[in-house]
Amino acid sequence: MNPVNYLYLAALLFAIGATGVLIRRNAIVVFMCIELMLNACNLALVAFSRMHGNLDGQIIAFFTMVVAAAEVVVGLAIIVSLFRSRHSASVDDASLMKL
Amino acid sequence: MSASAVHSLWTTAAEPITRIDAPKFEYGQMSPTLIVLGAAIVGVLVEAFVPRKSRYYVQAFLSVVALAAAFAAVVALAAGGYGTTKARISAMGAIAVDGPSLFLQGTILLAGLVSVFTFAERRLDPEAHGNRVDSFAAQAASVPGSDSEKAAVKAGFTTTEVFPLVLFAIGGMLIFPAANDLLTLFIALEVFSLPLYLLCALARRKRLVSQEAAVKYFLLGAFASAFTLFGIALLYGYAGSVSYATIAQVVDGSIQNVTPALADTMGNDALLLIGAALLVMGLLFKVGAVPFHMWTPDVYQGAPTPVTGFMAAATKVAAFGALLRVLYVVLPGLRWDWRPVMWGVAIVTMLGGAIVAITQTDVKRLLAYSSIAHAGFILAGVIAMTPDGVSSVLFYLAAYSFVTIGAFAVVTLVRDAGGEATHLSKWAGLGRRSPLVAAVFAVFLLAFAGIPLTSGFAGKFAVFKAAAEGGAAPLVVIGVISSAVAAFFYIRVIVLMFFSEPKPEGPTVAVPSPLTMTAIGLGVAVTLVLGVAPQYFLDLAGQAGVFVR
Repeated sequence: MNPVNYLYLAALLFAIGATGVLIRRNAIVVFMCIELMLNACNLALVAFSRMHGNLDGQIIAFFTMVVAAAEVVVGLAIIVSLFRSRHSASVDDASLMKL
Repeated sequence: MSASAVHSLWTTAAEPITRIDAPKFEYGQMSPTLIVLGAAIVGVLVEAFVPRKSRYYVQAFLSVVALAAAFAAVVALAAGGYGTTKARISAMGAIAVDGPSLFLQGTILLAGLVSVFTFAERRLDPEAHGNRVDSFAAQAASVPGSDSEKAAVKAGFTTTEVFPLVLFAIGGMLIFPAANDLLTLFIALEVFSLPLYLLCALARRKRLVSQEAAVKYFLLGAFASAFTLFGIALLYGYAGSVSYATIAQVVDGSIQNVTPALADTMGNDALLLIGAALLVMGLLFKVGAVPFHMWTPDVYQGAPTPVTGFMAAATKVAAFGALLRVLYVVLPGLRWDWRPVMWGVAIVTMLGGAIVAITQTDVKRLLAYSSIAHAGFILAGVIAMTPDGVSSVLFYLAAYSFVTIGAFAVVTLVRDAGGEATHLSKWAGLGRRSPLVAAVFAVFLLAFAGIPLTSGFAGKFAVFKAAAEGGAAPLVVIGVISSAVAAFFYIRVIVLMFFSEPKPEGPTVAVPSPLTMTAIGLGVAVTLVLGVAPQYFLDLAGQAGVFVR
C-alpha cells in the first residue's frame, strides 16, 4: 500500500487527539488525547522513514515512546494529587486563579 | 547425516554481521551537561541512601558544587576557543559547541546556581514544630489539610527531591539551545519540562493553587510538545533527515545527492511550511509569546516562588536559544515566510503583555505578564536576522535572567500569616516599613522598565538597535510604545510602595538567610554593572554571536 495513506491516517488521528484535548473536561481523558497525538506523530515518523528508506524516523519513534512513558509517570502523579485533594479531575473545576 | 547437514535443512546462513562502529563522543566538550546530569543522578541516590536529617545539606551542597563545576567547565571551553575559532559539532552531530550555546549555557548555569540558593532558603517560614522549613511541601503525596500532611509537617519532613529535579531541568536546558538535530531538541525539551511540571506542584503554602498550576502547565505543555513533535515529523518527512545542516540544505535547495524519495517530498512545500510552523509554535509556547502565553500567569502565580523565578529566567534563556538556532541555522532559507509571522507575534506579545499587566492586582501575575512583554522585546531582536540580532538577544537574556530571579526572591520576603503576601494592596507603604527591601525591588522594577543605568536599558537598546538595523523599524516604534505602557505599571508599584500609607495589618518582611541575600545581591549587582558598564559584556555576546553549521 502507498505509505502516503498512513500519513493521512496520522494527520486524522492527530486532529482527533487535538480536538479531544480542546473539548473533553476530564484531565485523564485530555491526557489520553495527548497520548493519541504522540502516537499519531509516531505513525507519521515511521511512514516517512519507510518513504525515505532511512532509520531516523523509526529511532525517533522509539524515543517518543519512552518520552510518552515518562510523561505518563509525571502527568498521572500530578493529576492524581489534584484529584485526591479535590475529589474531581475536571479541568473546568480547576479555576482558583480566575480573575 | 551430520548434525550440521540436518541443521541446514531448515536454516540458512544469514549474512555475517558487519562491524558497527561505536559512536564517537567528545566527553570534554559535553562536560557541562554531563556534570549537571551526573550530579542529578547522584542526588537521586542521596535521596535513597542518606539519612533524612542530613539530606538537605548534602543535596544543597551537591547542587551548588555541580553547578559551579559545570560553569567552570563552560568557561574553560570558552577560553579554549570553542566559542569562536574552534566551534564544532560534537556527539555525532547531535550537539553544537559554539558561541551561542556556550554563552547561553553559562547564563543558564549561573541563573540555576542563584535559583538553587533561593530553593535552599529555610528562614522565611516560621519554624514548624522546631524544624526549619523551606518553600516546598513537607510531603507532596499527602492531601492538603489532611492528617497525613500534619504528621509529615510535625515529623519535619522536607521535599529535598527538588534539588535533583532542578538539576535534571538544568541539564535539559543546557542541551536545548545546543541541540543540533530535531531528535535531540525534542528530548531536551522533555527532559527540562517534566521536572518543571513536578516542581510547580510542590508549594508548602497554598497547595491547591500550586497543584492546579502544575496540572495546567502539564496539560498545556504536553499539548504543545505534541505539536512540536508533529512538526518534527513533517520536517523529517520533508528533508529525509533530522540534522539541522541537512534540513537547511534541503530548504535552500543546495543539497547534493537527491534520492527519488527526497525529490518527491522536497517538492511538497506543505510539509515544510506546516512542519516549520508547528515546530516554531512549540518553541514560542516555551518562550511564553502571545498567543501561546495562556499558561504563564496561572503557572507563575501558583508555583512556589523560587520555582517561578527559576522558570521565568532559565526556561526563557533555553527556549530563546533553541528558537534562535532553529530560525537562524535550519530555516534561514524560509525567512521570507517566517519573518512576517514573527513580526505579528512580536507585536501582539509586546503590546498584549504590557497592556494586560496594567490590570493585574497580584505581584506574581504582574511579573508574569511583564515576562510576556519581555519575550516580545527579545523577539524583536530575533527578527533582526543580523549578527547583531543574535548578540543583542544573548545580552538581553543574560541581563533579564538575573533581574527576574532577584525580583521573585524579593517576593518571597514579603509575608503575612498565609505565607507570601502577593496581593498588590498589601505592598502599599512597604517603603516606609522596610526601605531597603522596597528600594531593591524598585531597582528591579526600573530595570524591567528599561530606565537608563540599569541592565534593562542596555538590553533594550541593543535589541531595538539590532531590530532597526535589520529593517524592522516599525517594530521598534511599537516596542518603545509598549515599553512606555509597561513603565507605567512598574512605576505604579514603586509609587504604591513609597508614597502610600502602610496598612496597620500589613505584611511583615522576613529576614532571609545569606542564601537569599546572595541571590538578591547578585541580581542588584548584575543589574547595575550591566547598566553602567555594559560594553565588556556586549563585546562578549558579540564574540559569541556566530552559530556553527
